[in-house]
Amino acid sequence: MDMIRRTVLKSAGATGVVAGLLATGMLKPTLAYADDWNKAAFEAKNMDGALDGIGAKGAADNKDLLVKAPEIAENGAVVPVDVTSNIPNTTSIAFLIAKNPSPLAAQFEFSNGAVADVSVRLKFAETSIVRVVAKADGKFYSAQREVKVTAGGCGG
Amino acid sequence: MADPMKIRAQMKGDVAEVRVLMSHAMETGTRKEADGKLVPAHHIQNMTVALNGKTVIAGQIAGSVSKNPVFGFKVKGAKAGDKVAVSWIDNKGDKRTDEAAVA
Repeated sequence: MDMIRRTVLKSAGATGVVAGLLATGMLKPTLAYADDWNKAAFEAKNMDGALDGIGAKGAADNKDLLVKAPEIAENGAVVPVDVTSNIPNTTSIAFLIAKNPSPLAAQFEFSNGAVADVSVRLKFAETSIVRVVAKADGKFYSAQREVKVTAGGCGG
Repeated sequence: MADPMKIRAQMKGDVAEVRVLMSHAMETGTRKEADGKLVPAHHIQNMTVALNGKTVIAGQIAGSVSKNPVFGFKVKGAKAGDKVAVSWIDNKGDKRTDEAAVA
């Protein structure tokens, strides 16, 4: 329990949120589970920081990592992105959106027969590259796509 | 307590296709209300998909996953009747687990 408390205290920082957390009963043991969340990577404000956070700096481009995303998205709030990794022994896939305030959107790990094939729907703050990073045999590989986000009906 | 998830798991050849719809606001923490107040971050952080009790997919996600998240996964070695359980927990400690059988 002490460990959890410390994590919460640390993450709440100097903002004085702690009292609020206590009041709402959030300091429950269930938070231990949320310790698995890679806070540093998710809160990184740029692509390099986020890549660093997941240990994927210098990921090499790879054609066997297939990314499917719309070229133009009318609604940046819901952009479907499908990824299939044909790189053998792919164990994780991460999604990063370059121009978002925090690029890292999601990371999935596969085990026990899960196929390295994921589809998600992501938010794009503006027209941006979505970068997908796969981990296979301890190495990182990447692929990317640009999605143009049109505001209203007049973009293009 | 959040609304139940919708889970569909269907065999396509030797692979089970699992689709999950979660019901969640997925607030990034950067959105402002009309009155200029920031809406606090409230999003799912961790999720898992288990097949017959064995974790097959473990995901960490941010507020930049769309509201009411939809995910599609594929799992090899499944068969009709197998149990798929999906769980999530958000940054406020709310959580939910739902199950479905592979069809």
